[in-house]
Parts: sequence; C-alpha cells; structure tokens
Amino acid sequence: MSVRVGKTSAARAFPVAAKEALGNEQLRRNVHHATDVIRNKRALRVEEMPDWQQLRDAASEIKQHTLAHLDFYLEEFTRNCERAGGKVHWARDADEANAIAVKLIREFAGEGAQEVIKVKTMTSDEVQMNVALEAADITPIETDLADMIVQLGHDEPSHIVVPALHKNRVEIRDIFRREMNLPELTEQPEELAAAARRYLRERFLRTKIGISGANFLVAETGAVCVVESEGNGRMCVTLPEMLITLVGIEKVIPRSQDLEAFLQLLPRSATGERMNPYNSLWSGVTSGDGPREFHVILLDNGRTKLLEDELERETLQCIRCGACLNACPVYRETGGLAYGSIYSGPIGAILSPQLQSLEHSRSLPYASTLCGACYEVCPVKIDIPEVLIHLRGRLVREEQKTLSGKLGIENLAMQAAATSFTSARRYEAAQRFARVGQKLFEHDGELRNLPGLAGGWTKFRDLRAIPKQSFREWWKSEGRS
Amino acid sequence: MHYNTGYHREAIPLVRRFVEMFRESECVCVPSASCVAMMREHYALIARQENDAALLADGHALLPRVFEFSELLTERLQLEDVGASFAQSVTYHPSCHSLRMLNIREGPLKLLRAVRGLDLRDLPEREQCCGFGGTFAVKNADVSVAMLEAKEACVIETGAEVVTALDNSCLMQIYGGLHRAGSPVKTMHIAEILASTEGAV
Repeated sequence: MSVRVGKTSAARAFPVAAKEALGNEQLRRNVHHATDVIRNKRALRVEEMPDWQQLRDAASEIKQHTLAHLDFYLEEFTRNCERAGGKVHWARDADEANAIAVKLIREFAGEGAQEVIKVKTMTSDEVQMNVALEAADITPIETDLADMIVQLGHDEPSHIVVPALHKNRVEIRDIFRREMNLPELTEQPEELAAAARRYLRERFLRTKIGISGANFLVAETGAVCVVESEGNGRMCVTLPEMLITLVGIEKVIPRSQDLEAFLQLLPRSATGERMNPYNSLWSGVTSGDGPREFHVILLDNGRTKLLEDELERETLQCIRCGACLNACPVYRETGGLAYGSIYSGPIGAILSPQLQSLEHSRSLPYASTLCGACYEVCPVKIDIPEVLIHLRGRLVREEQKTLSGKLGIENLAMQAAATSFTSARRYEAAQRFARVGQKLFEHDGELRNLPGLAGGWTKFRDLRAIPKQSFREWWKSEGRS
Repeated sequence: MHYNTGYHREAIPLVRRFVEMFRESECVCVPSASCVAMMREHYALIARQENDAALLADGHALLPRVFEFSELLTERLQLEDVGASFAQSVTYHPSCHSLRMLNIREGPLKLLRAVRGLDLRDLPEREQCCGFGGTFAVKNADVSVAMLEAKEACVIETGAEVVTALDNSCLMQIYGGLHRAGSPVKTMHIAEILASTEGAV
C-alpha cells in the first residue's frame, strides 16, 4: 500500500516555503483580505446562533461515535447504497482509487479520448486523480469556479473551501483572457462570472461522465450529500449519464437526522452563510432521472491508521469547512501553498503528516504558535493544538533514536534546560553563568547577534539582557524568604 | 517549553518537581498565563500517561490552588482596585493562552480601569496572536516576525505609551519588535503597572 497526499512528498520545508510566500506582497494582500472577509462573516453567523456550542458538542459526539464504529456504518452504507442501485468500491490508497476510476470510465465509455466534468473534491486532489486521468487520455474539467481558476492557471489549491483565495480579480481576468481566448475581458465580477458560465455550460451539456466528492454519506439510507454555492455541483451530479463519487471513509454519518447539526454548522463555518444555496442529496439511481450508473469509491489512504489512537482519531472528525484556515494567524501571513500539501492551514498541519507519514512533512506540526484560534472555531471540536503537540512528541522521539538527533543542538539545549530546571542550585548557577556569558553580546542592556538557535531571535528582534538581580535575589535581599 | 516543543519525556521530571515543591502551599500565584495553561491542560494527561496515580492525585489537589496573577486578584481575592496609580496611556494584549485556555477576559481590564490616572486604550485585532509561540519564534522566525509586525502596527495605532499583558513571553516578543523598530512604546507586565504608586513612574 502506498499512501500519497497530493504532492506532499516533494514539498519544501514549511519555513523555507513560508519565507518565499512572505516576500510576495500581492499574495499576502489577497490572503489577508479574503480571510478577513470570511472570518467576519462567519463570526456574524455564529453569534446569531444561541445553541452554537450545543451544536458543536452534538456534531463532535456524532463523529466520535461513528469513528468508533466505522466498520459497522460503512457496511450499512454499502448495503443501502447498492440496494438503491449504486455500486460501492473500496480503495486502500491513491493508486487503487485512481485505477478504479479509470477502469469504470473505460468500461462505460470504451477506449479513446474522453472528458469528465468534476465538482469540487479535495479528495481527488489528495489522490492526484487529475494526473492519473490525463495519463489515461481522459480530460478532467473542473467546474467549481475556484477549482477551474486553479486548473486553467496551472496552479495548486491554496485553501480547502476557496482554492483560488490567493488570486485577485485582475489575476483571474488574465488567466481567463489567456485560456478562454477573451482578450477584451475586464475584471468586473459580472463579466468574469458570465465568461465562466459560458465556458462551463458547453462542457456540462456535452460531457457524459461526472466525478464528485461528498460532504456526507448517510448510512441508514445509502444517500450521498454534496453542499455547494454555485450550482455546478448540481449540474455534475444530475446531467451526466454516469457519476463516480470519490469519498474518504470518515465522511459517513449514521442517520439522515444527523444532517440537522452538520448542515447548520458547515455553511456558517465555511463561508458565513446560513445555508448553502445548493444541497444535493441522492441515493442510487432512478430510471429517467439523473445518471443511469452510479459508483462510490470509498477511500482509506491512511485513514484507518488514525483510528487506533484516540487523539489522532479526532483528526478524522473534520468536515473540511476551512474555518481553522481563516482563523489561523500563521495561514493569514503565508497562505496555503507554503504548507506544500493540498490540505493546508491548521487542519493540513495535522492531517497530511498523519495520513501520509510524518517523514514527508516533518516541519508541518511546528507551523503553529498553538494560539488555539483553530480549536475555538472548529465546528466539530478537533483539538488541533493538542494533536500538534502529540505529533511534535512523536517527531522528537523518532529524532532522538538517531545519533545526529541525539547530538542535535536543539536536543542538547532542551536536555540542559531540563537539567537546570529540576534543581534550584543548578538553575541559579545557570543564571549566573548566563549573566557572565551574555557580556560578549551585550550592548546598552540589549543582546545582539546571539549564536545558534537564539540567533533566529536576535536577527529580527531585540532582547533585554538578563538583569543583574533576579526576583528571588531581590526577595531575599528584602529579608523575606 | 519542553512539552509544547515535543520533549514530553523531558517534561515529566519538571512536572513532578513543581507538584512536589508546591504541594503544601495554600495558594500558588503564577505571573504567566501560559504556565498555568500548561498545568491545567496537561498535568493530568501526563500523570495518566505515566500511570502515576500519586502524581495525578497530588496534581488534582494542587491545581485548584494555582492562580494566574490577575485571576488571584479578581477571583480569589475579589479585588478590582488595588490602589495603584499610573498616569500613562496603556493598551492590553490578551495573550492566546490567557484568552483561550484560561478564559480570562474581563478581569485584567477591570484591574487596569481601576488604576488612577491610567488611560486604557482598546487594542485593534486584540485576539490575534503576537507570533511568539515558544520555539516557533526561532524555528519559524520569518512568519513569527510577520505576525509580530501586524501586532506592532495595532499597538502603535492606539497611541498608547505602554503595552501590557499577562505573559512575559508575549511581551518579550512585542518588546523585541518595537525596540528594534525604534518605537518608544514600553512593555510592562500587568503586575508592574499594578505595583505602581503615585510618582513612581
């Protein structure tokens, strides 16, 4: 089995990619503006809900319960989906999911070049399905406006919900001018939307195969639920003759009634809307109405591995609303591309390293100040800071097993600090030693150009020298004890 | 510092030592919200992971007597006016751990409002992190500084002469940026302001 999450394996370390992002003023302005707008809209729509905290509790409990009995609910979903005329396929990893999709398309449409229309699915980016389809001479057409911008711009998604958030209108106009051959196009939103509409309508009408993701799978009915704002999703799941839905196994919920909590939490958290404009819910196939062939690909790709540990399992509660990205002060400065993973921001920093393997994204658990803004807004109460600390612990323990890790400057500094913190005598001695040592770097009571790790501090910031008298020494000199 | 950076094993003796040192204390005052958050969020977790029932019990007995500095004044002692005098304009940065882990919201503002002569200024975007984040400040120095610059701009916008907080770590970060940029705005822990009396400044 080979678990892959987007292009995570080839990504640069976060601090390196982040530094580059920080140098891009246009990108930062776009991300600041977009996250501020969504964050404020969300806050308004949450404040008006008197039972918001109870809804969060309920959603979190439903998810916890489902994940604790995931095998049961997946089997129930499969039975009910197939009874309604759908067909369920199980994929262990990215390659299996892609192979199933290509095989289904070939069986349906025969050999030769094909086109498929797609509605926003992060899971397909996770398995890099577009790359696999293109290799099989099948052209994927993204129909979500933002995904379409990313695809036409040969770009990567930078946000879970708003993948083209890092682009502004002028940049989007330039992509459309070039890719749709519309040299006269302006950046007026109405013009951009009309251009996208014309471009997409043609493709909706001529394409016979659709690929979607899913927000929820309902075990008791075998239904699939997709929520969206633009209506392109409704087109993709109703117009084609065949529909393939790719979905992570954690998306199943037990009952239709559970949607009551999720359909209130998701739109308010994701886009600051009271309700999504389009809520599509379908099961199986119906003669004369919608696709005549319907397949669900249930994707594992590293998810079952997270079920063993109670804290790691919390990660699978995620409903991909993106609220944590909009709330995160780190994401606000760097945007999503710096995370080198299609899942970015706080949830990306815990999801990608766990799905794939810590090895491929060692810097992501450290891409946070643990400020807690992500946990505060999470509609299903994933304690992201706690999971980050847990992953940091795993990384440190792995590192300490190697000689270079043992002798690494950070490890030595942490060991030395731990030793001095456990004894008053050693702590005071260290303090005296530091007071003498700092003289080498001290100018007018400020420390400059410190060596090693501390250099990361003094390169950008000043630091007051350790005072001549500590609080404890002052306390003693006052005759108290 | 150890625990949050992933040095969990190294944090255990420090937890044991703290609990042992303060076990007999009637009341423990901690001038750092972040430290109190560590105790309340993780001590029980660590004791359970270590299967140490005695440590768990001692921690449970001790923690209700541990207070962050402003909590001690406003909750345990029910004080708002501590008799301080400080004739300067001040803005308050609610540190992330005081806000989101200890849920300290109004207490410090009440204490500051009661200080004679003090002109309290609202900090815009005040719930935004200052970018410190412990070892984040050096591991991700560039991002940390970008966040710091946003915080500095908000502090300067208030026109306050002093910025205060419950955490010296955040203040060290904010001081580092302001001082490097040549700003005259001073950083003071809230205890320093509350300890000021007439003519002391």
